[in-house]
Parts: sequence; C-alpha cells; structure tokens
Amino acid sequence: MKSSVSRLSLWLLLTPFLLWIVLLVLLPHLQMLRVSFQVRESWDTIAWGIEQYQNFFTESYYWRTFVRTGVMSLFTTFLTLIIAFPIAWYIARLARGRSKGILFLACLIPFWASELVRTYGWMILLRESGLFSSWLQALGWVDGPVEMLYNDVAVIIGLVYNGLLFMVVPLVTTLDGMDENLVEAGYDLGGGHGTVLREIVVPWAMPGIVSGCIVVFMLTLGSYLTPVLMGGKDSAWFTEQIFTQFITRFNWEQGAALGVLLLVLSSLIVWLGLKISGQSLRKVMG
Amino acid sequence: MIRSVPRSRLFDSLYLAYLVAFFVYLALPLLVTAVFAFNDAPFPSLPWKGFTLDWYFADGSDGRTGLFHDDGLLTALWVSAKIAFWVTLVSVGLGCVNAVLFERIQFRGKEFLYLLMLLPLVIPGVILGVSILVFYSGMANDMSAAWGIELDLFRPGMTLVVMGQVTFIATLSTLVIAARLRKFDPQLEEAALNLGATPLVAWFTVTLPWLLPSIFGAAAMAFLMSFENFNTTVMLTGSDTPLTVALFNRLREGSTPVLNAVALLLMVGSALLALLVMGRSSR
Repeated sequence: MKSSVSRLSLWLLLTPFLLWIVLLVLLPHLQMLRVSFQVRESWDTIAWGIEQYQNFFTESYYWRTFVRTGVMSLFTTFLTLIIAFPIAWYIARLARGRSKGILFLACLIPFWASELVRTYGWMILLRESGLFSSWLQALGWVDGPVEMLYNDVAVIIGLVYNGLLFMVVPLVTTLDGMDENLVEAGYDLGGGHGTVLREIVVPWAMPGIVSGCIVVFMLTLGSYLTPVLMGGKDSAWFTEQIFTQFITRFNWEQGAALGVLLLVLSSLIVWLGLKISGQSLRKVMG
Repeated sequence: MIRSVPRSRLFDSLYLAYLVAFFVYLALPLLVTAVFAFNDAPFPSLPWKGFTLDWYFADGSDGRTGLFHDDGLLTALWVSAKIAFWVTLVSVGLGCVNAVLFERIQFRGKEFLYLLMLLPLVIPGVILGVSILVFYSGMANDMSAAWGIELDLFRPGMTLVVMGQVTFIATLSTLVIAARLRKFDPQLEEAALNLGATPLVAWFTVTLPWLLPSIFGAAAMAFLMSFENFNTTVMLTGSDTPLTVALFNRLREGSTPVLNAVALLLMVGSALLALLVMGRSSR
C-alpha cells in the first residue's frame, strides 16, 4: 500500500517535469537536427543530405563569422572576468557592514533594464551625435563629431556590460565563503601577492569563476541585439545569420543547420571549460 | 589583499578609483537613457533644450506622440504583460513540482534527470526559439498540407512565445525554489504528520509557507525575464508583437525620446518589483 502511494506521487511529480523536458527541449532539438539534414528538391519533395553543412564550409562568410563570434565571445568572457574579479573581491572581502550590501545591490542595477534598453543607452553615449562626442568637442579635444559606435570595440563594451552581473554574483558568493586564514597563511609562508592569488585564491574561487564564465559565454555567444545595433558592417554575429535564414529567407533547413552548429560550438566550449577546470555542471549551475 | 594584510596608500587609492570607475560604467547608460526621456527635443542627444513631459503625455496634436497616446506601444506593452503572466504562472508551478521531485524523492536516474533539467541554461536563447519554431510551426504546416487540419495554436504567436520562454525560465525558478526547500527541516513536517495532519495538509500548512518567499522571488524573476526577453521571443512572435520586439523595430527606424520614455518606465517597473520582493523576503 505504502509503496503504491509513493509510486503514484513519484509519477504525479515526474509527469510535469517530463512533459516540459520532452515537449519543449528534447523533441524540438531533435527535430531541428532532423530538418538540418533535409534537402528541399522541389516544393514538396525532400531528400536527405548534408548540403546545408557543405554550404557552411564552402561559403567563407559563414564560417568566418562563426569563428569570429566564437573568438570574440571567449575574449569578452575573459575580459568580463578580469574586470569583475577586483569588484567581487572588494565586495566579498574588503567592504564591511552596510556598504557591502549596497555595493552588491549596485552591481544588480543593469538587470533593471533589458538588453535592448542597455544597448540603447550605449548608443546614446557612443554615436556621432552622442554624449561622448559632444563632451569631447566641448572640452576642445576634437574638432568635429566622433563616431564611436559601429565597431568591434563598441560591441565588446556592450557585451561586457551585459555579462558583468552574471560574473560578479557567483564570484562574490564563492569568495564570501573563503577562510581568510588561508590567505594569511600564504603570506606568512613567504608568498607574494601573485603566488597567493595563484595558489590560494583562484583555486578556491574556481567554481564561481567557471559558473560565471559559462553563463557569460553563453549569453555573449547567443546575443543578438548588442552586435546588431552596436556593430558595424564588418562585425557580423553568427546569431544574425540564423535570424536571416529564418526570418528573411525562409530557409529553415539552412537556418536549422546553422543552429545545430552554434549549439555544438557552445556545448563543446562549455564541456572543455568544465573538463579543464575539473568542475561538473551540477556543481557550478545547480 | 585582505583587511589584516597591510596595503600601501597608492594601492588603496587606485583600488578606490577603479571601484568608482566601475560603478560609473554601470550607471551611465541607464542614467542618460532616463534623463533624455525629459529633453524637450525631437532627438535624444545634446544640447539640453529644457524639461518636458511631452514624451509621456503629448497627444499627437503638435507633432509629438507621447507614450500614453501611442497605441502601438501600449498594445505591445499589454501583449508583453499577458505573456509574462502566463510564463510566470507555468514556470513557478513547474518550479515547485520540480523542487519537490529533486529535493524530496529518491528514484533511479535522478542525477541524469537533474542534468536534463539544467540543460536549457546552456542552450543559447536563439536556439531554444528556433527549435520550438521548427518543431511546432513545422508540425502545423505539415498537418495543414497533409490533412487540411489547421493548428493555429502552433503558428508563431503568443502560445509559442510562452512555450519558448517557459523552456528556460522554468529551470531558473526550479533552482530558486529548490535552494529554499533544501534548507527546510523535514522534522517540522514530520511533527505535523505526528500531530495528525494528512500529508496534503502538512504540505499546505507547514512546507508551503516556508517556501513562499522563494516562490515570490521566483515569480518576480520569471516576470522580469519574460518581459525583457528578446532572443527567444523574436523567433516565435506572430502579428501581436511584444514590447521588446516592438521597441527593436522602432529603434531600427530611428531613435526618438519616446523610446527613452518606455525604457525609463520599464526600469522603474523592474526596480519597484525587485524592491517589493526584497522587502517581503527580509521581513
């Protein structure tokens, strides 16, 4: 009797979970994979093939953008980590009492606005008629309007801005739990700043570093608004090409293939990151 | 560099300067967006022409249409609110069930299912949108072509947007609620059962009240994330465009201070929601 009741409750709890995972995650992704291998021969006949993937490798525009997006995302993630670490360290270890809470909340400010609003804010600052340009002219440092938008630097500024929150929060959480005696012991044993950082602080903060990096990398790789609105003609982003295939060209097969490739790239880099740092997905995300 | 290790003056002031620069960097874009919602000029840039509330209240008679008279934006706002409501409801419901499943019940294959649960977090939002579009909208197309059955539900539109957003927001709300359930002392529930409560009564009178702060937190987070989402939404939206997509389309045509007005409204709304939830949970 008891076991049949617990069996029933297990299934009652399991059903919504399975419906969600199967209907919204597994089946759609399998279908995307299937469609990416379909070749449309005429309007109503379909054959199997790898034409879409061949297109990707033969058209240099596709794979160049792919590589560019991956490299720039890695760079952005690294930059975000470097910028966020001193801030997280200050909040977790140096600030006390009220100021600690206030600084932490201040880091959450960008989250009050959506990515679109944040990007829009940067456009107002950086464009030719924007604030920075006006200020520089008022100071007399430049003669005419300066265009600071529509280049890779602008894109990276915007992407780092979007990612910072997701880097600072896990870093503060792990650094907060660190025992300061470890750091003191490091100094007492004759370690310099560099040694203490490398041998004690970074290994301790590794779960936070990995989880922050994974989230920031995923967000950056999959972002659309920031590169489209802030990037120039030459700074295409891979998500843009997926959108183009689906929305302007109605070429679902090609779009699905590009989607699968993006998914493979992101899974591969997340997996590598976990392997190299010796962490597990469960530990850093759950 | 901890408090007990002496630091030099120079280092301290450099560190402080870095902190200040960092927070200026964080605040500046949002600040200028907010300020230019009140500039009395048709374009959000310097010079400052004086304070006006036109970008909220102008009724279009003098060539300016304020946000509260802009039917396109107001409709989009309403669409977003409806989507966010359903997403919140479904994600928080799923989050509660999943939290109990993973924190309280032992069964075979739990580790594997937990990893599956985390999966949507490591899939880019665009791909979530694309895959749901391909599966459901493709199914609707095939059904229509083969048997003439019209599954309008699965055409791009509000239902698909809700489904796409639930995919990853449910994971986040599960994590928030499960974290709280992990801290719950099961003895409290056992005490209720010993005192004669049925399991269902014990759940509603003891466990659920304990979870409430996390449920409110998860709901606020779900609502905000749904409202702000663009990448998944844009792939799945039909003719009834939600706010972020409508704003994006406007922005491509050119920027006007009305966009600043909407942005400020959104920021104030999110801040109020966040404060409300924090106020509740700290009590």
